Amino acid sequence: MASAPSPEVLRAPLVVEFPFTRSLGPVQSAFLTGLRERTVLGVRTGDGRTLVPPVEYDPVTAEEIRELVEVSDTGTVTTWAWNHEPRRGQPLDTPFAWVLVKLDGADTALLHALDVPGPDAVRSGMRVRIRWADERVGAITDIACFEAYEGGDAVRPAPHSGEFADPVTGIVAAARLDYTYSPGRAQSAYIGALAERRTVGERCPSCRKVYVPPRGACPTCGVATAERVEVGPRGTVTTYCIVNIKAKNLDIEVPYVYAHIALDGADLALHARIAGIPYDQVRMGLRVEPVWTEGGRFPDHYRPTGEPDADYDTYKELV
Amino acid sequence: MAPRKPSVMRPAREVAIVAFGQTRHQRSTDELSEVEMLMPVLHEVLAATGLKTSDIGFTCSGSSDYLAGRAFSFTMALDGVGAWPPISESHVEMDGAWALYEAWTKLQTGEADTALVYSYGKSSPGSVRDVLTRQLDPYYVAPLWPDAVALAALQAQALIDAGDTDEPALAGIATRSRASADANPHAQRGSSAGQGDYAVRPLRRGDCPPVGDGAAAVILAAGDRARDLCERPAWIRGIDHRIEAHALGVRDLTESPSTRLAAERAGVFERPVDTAELHAPFTSQEVVLRKALALGDDVEVNPSGGALAANPVMAAGLIRLGETAARIHRGASDRAVAHATSGPCLQQNLVAVLEGDAS
Repeated sequence: MASAPSPEVLRAPLVVEFPFTRSLGPVQSAFLTGLRERTVLGVRTGDGRTLVPPVEYDPVTAEEIRELVEVSDTGTVTTWAWNHEPRRGQPLDTPFAWVLVKLDGADTALLHALDVPGPDAVRSGMRVRIRWADERVGAITDIACFEAYEGGDAVRPAPHSGEFADPVTGIVAAARLDYTYSPGRAQSAYIGALAERRTVGERCPSCRKVYVPPRGACPTCGVATAERVEVGPRGTVTTYCIVNIKAKNLDIEVPYVYAHIALDGADLALHARIAGIPYDQVRMGLRVEPVWTEGGRFPDHYRPTGEPDADYDTYKELV
Repeated sequence: MAPRKPSVMRPAREVAIVAFGQTRHQRSTDELSEVEMLMPVLHEVLAATGLKTSDIGFTCSGSSDYLAGRAFSFTMALDGVGAWPPISESHVEMDGAWALYEAWTKLQTGEADTALVYSYGKSSPGSVRDVLTRQLDPYYVAPLWPDAVALAALQAQALIDAGDTDEPALAGIATRSRASADANPHAQRGSSAGQGDYAVRPLRRGDCPPVGDGAAAVILAAGDRARDLCERPAWIRGIDHRIEAHALGVRDLTESPSTRLAAERAGVFERPVDTAELHAPFTSQEVVLRKALALGDDVEVNPSGGALAANPVMAAGLIRLGETAARIHRGASDRAVAHATSGPCLQQNLVAVLEGDAS
């Protein structure tokens, strides 16, 4: 068959979104609960430094550290960057400065946003103060941002038990990334052919095997595949399983059969659901054909053709 | 700054980079899947050595699921290396420079004599500035979504405040890198691009790397096998990588002690180097790295144009090793240092010393 022309590049939005649920250790729990109560806690290291935000292990000695201290909600900018185009999820939706702030009483700096009118209003060494969020839940975003503050810095860290009523023990760190997915040349051709109710694979120029769905490479020879080959539509069940657990959002009655199907002319089995036959009568060697539904982009399922079963030797290499 | 007395870790076995290939890096490669983008590069290094995939003793790759937006995305790329019948293979969810380190370690054990190392990244499907926020501390930092440019800008301002650089000096680094990239057919950005507006002040667009897609591959070989496969192997005389604290506020952003320590262990300071390929996606990071590596003005820095001219994320560090090796292969360098970084504001750093045999 002729080498195929370049298919139209397919594109589709792809959103990866996940509410990561994270548990907190004792120090993180005290810090984030403290923020909820407008109290900033640090942790003291063995050599007497105060780390804010606090960690559970000394970054220098790896020693476990638990001694909590309270520091001020005022501090000094150690470095900054002017963000004139805030991005989704960032603390402010108006232009702001990113800042590292060494809070009074702390020896390390905390990253956050500073709300000032413009880049001329920020400099390293400037004095700032926490602006608390109106609604606080025990998260770093309980600090809405920093704001300019004129005042002294004569604060010493004070011991703190770290104990609060109803401590926060976990956070949900929501993550969302947006992509525009393109499947590449080989898979675009496969998807494009499916839209015409045809199934195409690609033949390896070296071992001559036909891969479906094609991915543009022969996994055995490690060479590019390009020769397009139409396979099917009929095929043979090479192996199967009976699904007894209903998947969420899936409108298929259990039990049903999921099978590997070697389409005629293909050297790799693909997988699909089998219907049109009682689940306990599906068998290896069963000859099947695709069933398309109106507007479907791929076969809804496969059903028996009524042909005699395929001889085991014809598909044993594909099991 | 005078280098301290180095405590060099000497490798037990001679291992060299014997071949290097990379794609022509592009803003977008919609028409290619990852394996389709990668495969020509794999074939390039195999052809250069005359090896077949079945001859390779160990295969190691670097990439990131977060760039692809898909779990276990590296398994698809394995189709390009002929992973059947089963091969000895590994993957790092990092820049390919760390995959090279793993392969080098494998060769040190004597379990393999050759290794194929590759890495790739398609940044075009997503927003790499946002994707990189997912490597940050998830409790105190990631919920604020500080993007990669913002964090680099904080580091740049710290350097300016410390008197280590200023905006004109950063522009000079950008201009030099882009001019060098004019001679690099693989680079994405040449000298036509200017400094432009602020991205996140004090960094301008020209201080930041282009966003792009690309792949790279190298072949490593040990001892006489390397001599058989390459006329002038680029011997890895030392290689080491070190990491610093995760929290940005704990670190002095104007210094890179991990780069310095890795360089000491790799033997950078034993004798002068003539070339340095530094993985500095931002101009300001070159300032930090030059200081950490004590590079003098006589060292040619990033003759390829560096990551400022082509930054395929997850491959840009491996390319630094490859570019360095390629210069040694063609006799343009005798002793060079290659550097790769990972994480925000140069958190993790890998340093290698590459040498060619005296001709």
